[in-house]
Amino acid sequence: MSTTRARIWPFFGGIRLPGHKSESLGKTIQAHSLPQQLILPLNQHIGLSATPAVKPGDKVFKGQLIASASSSVSAPIHAPTSGTIKAITQHPTLHPSGLNAPCIVLEPDTQEQWADTIKPNAHPLQIEPETLRKLIGSAGIVGLGGAAFPTRLKLETGIENNIDTLIINAAECEPYITCDNALILERAAHIIEGIQILLRALNISRCLIGIEDEMKPAIHTLKQALTLTDETDIRLVETPTRYPAGGEKQLVKTLTGKEIPANGLPSDIGVLCHNVGTCYAVYQAIRHGIPLISRIVTVAGPGLGKACNLEVLFGTPIKDLIQLCGGYVNDKTDLLIGGPMMGYPVNSDELPIIKSCNCILVGSRSTKTEQTVMPCIRCGECVDVCPAKILPQILYWHAQAKEFDRIQDYHLFDCIECGCCDYVCPSHIPLVQYFRFAKNEIWSMEKEKLKSDQARERHEFRNQRIEKQKQAIEERRRKKKAALENKPKNLADDPKKSAILAAIERVQRKKSVADVEPKNTSNLSNAQKRQIKETDERRKNNKSE
Amino acid sequence: MINAILVIGGLAALFGLILAIAAIRFHVKSDPIVDKVDALLPQTQCGQCSYPGCRPYAEAITNGSADINQCPPGGQTTIIALADLLGKDVKPLNPENGEEQVAMVAVIDEKECIGCTLCIQACPVDAILGAAKMMHTVIAEQCTGCDLCLPPCPEDCIEMVPLAQSIDSWKWPIPESPVIRGSISK
Repeated sequence: MSTTRARIWPFFGGIRLPGHKSESLGKTIQAHSLPQQLILPLNQHIGLSATPAVKPGDKVFKGQLIASASSSVSAPIHAPTSGTIKAITQHPTLHPSGLNAPCIVLEPDTQEQWADTIKPNAHPLQIEPETLRKLIGSAGIVGLGGAAFPTRLKLETGIENNIDTLIINAAECEPYITCDNALILERAAHIIEGIQILLRALNISRCLIGIEDEMKPAIHTLKQALTLTDETDIRLVETPTRYPAGGEKQLVKTLTGKEIPANGLPSDIGVLCHNVGTCYAVYQAIRHGIPLISRIVTVAGPGLGKACNLEVLFGTPIKDLIQLCGGYVNDKTDLLIGGPMMGYPVNSDELPIIKSCNCILVGSRSTKTEQTVMPCIRCGECVDVCPAKILPQILYWHAQAKEFDRIQDYHLFDCIECGCCDYVCPSHIPLVQYFRFAKNEIWSMEKEKLKSDQARERHEFRNQRIEKQKQAIEERRRKKKAALENKPKNLADDPKKSAILAAIERVQRKKSVADVEPKNTSNLSNAQKRQIKETDERRKNNKSE
Repeated sequence: MINAILVIGGLAALFGLILAIAAIRFHVKSDPIVDKVDALLPQTQCGQCSYPGCRPYAEAITNGSADINQCPPGGQTTIIALADLLGKDVKPLNPENGEEQVAMVAVIDEKECIGCTLCIQACPVDAILGAAKMMHTVIAEQCTGCDLCLPPCPEDCIEMVPLAQSIDSWKWPIPESPVIRGSISK
């Protein structure tokens, strides 16, 4: 059972934002019809790309494995529907760069035939925790809150660190996004079962569900679903509606009062955070054996006909979703992947939906980007709202000057890129973009350093090898020279040479006596002579034939 | 008087002994500055600095016979880092040594390659794989883009191409600087 008014520890900073949630809520989640083709990037998660397990021309069934995890920091990919693999090729993917990445192209056959590997479990809570974690991993489940971190790996680190509390993130704090909210309203019981499975997989019983206090219908639904279970250790905690309440670090702080250390993970303080969407995916994978092949996506924004939540198969192009939502309002629109605060713009609506995509926002940032960027006036507004308690203004100066050592002294890597500083900046400075730029530069410098260290090692190894070879040649030359110098002057003195000479002599002696008559033809009897003659005749005849 | 001389002399001898022992005990074989300079160089081993590799150049910088602006692959970033380390002034890259370029990687046209192994011998980081009369290929991740394999190739079948940008190597660009309005007191 849940007690609503649990103690909370509000986080520092943050801002109150207009929600724009009602626009996409209130309608049921619509299933999307099959598109002409599905484009499935091999990397839809944090970590290494998956390795294709099919080849072009292969027929695949719905839910069949088409790319397997290439390491522990990776996730497999399954066919969202049955059909034929058309190609494994480069295609632009959902990424701020808009660059190509390897993708599997699947042409649906509209049969929706399930693979025979799909096996439901009637009693998920009787499966061993270790098996559960393996099943979750092989279902390709990644964090559906946006970061797409492989769920199995997260669970394993939780086990290693002996965590005691599971935190479920239902605080969907960014404006416009309602996919988690809609999921709770329609499938709360399944989410609770997913939470129970996760608790068993982690071998713990304590769970806190963090939800924003303004999501009243969702809170009500979750409470009802909780009363139907005999679970006593799952508690619902309402958090103040304040962006970014759903940030992992902020939610953990609000619910437990503990702060995740800098450069640390929630498991360092004994908790693990999962999104409600992930819980639902876990339920689907364990109870029904269905791997992660679809997700709920919010399509919203001022540039759209009607906002709604859609259940979309991975690989579906964005434009299909927009069509289903009544199309664009006007010709010129921006597309933003994610919410208005943390999303990134893309320039094509042909891009496919991937596991990490929770929202498509149409034409919402235009008002912000049109404003002229002015110099920083050091007002300090950004410092007051920063939930990471860092100094965005100082970071901005150092990022602009490309002082990457200094910027790390001011804890650049504690920035969660929530965009609060951008939002309040009276000079409209794109602060977060400066921080992303600085982070990327630092990472790339680290990579380059690694590469140059490798090059140095290889160069030194090569120099050593050449030196060794030179020494070996010199050694051989020296030995040969010494051998030549020590060589005996007279041939007969050398045992090898004398043996050869003796052999030659023997052969020559044999040759000189080879011309004598054969001894075995003298003193033959008449019968023997006749036999020889007959044999000779026969031989001649045989030859002439 | 004698006492004073003895005391001071004795102290001098004692400290001299301590210093002598310390010099032997804490002896550092290679020059630590050379290592630090070498760590800042890009390790392309291209020889554009007119020294036969990054370490010889680092040694030359340390003993003062080379300037800090002779490394085109490192470019301005390396010059700033070296100036920072050695307490020198930042200066532009010496054009005699070459120009700063985008990262390149060598590619062998495998149809043309006759398997002469000359490029393998030229590669300073062993990034070319092949054997006599067998096709050669460049291990792209290990290639430093130093150009040294181009001159020995008798078939002219090696080409330097800019490193293709992938999602992994893509970086967020720096935003455009804020507009500075000319006249504030209008």
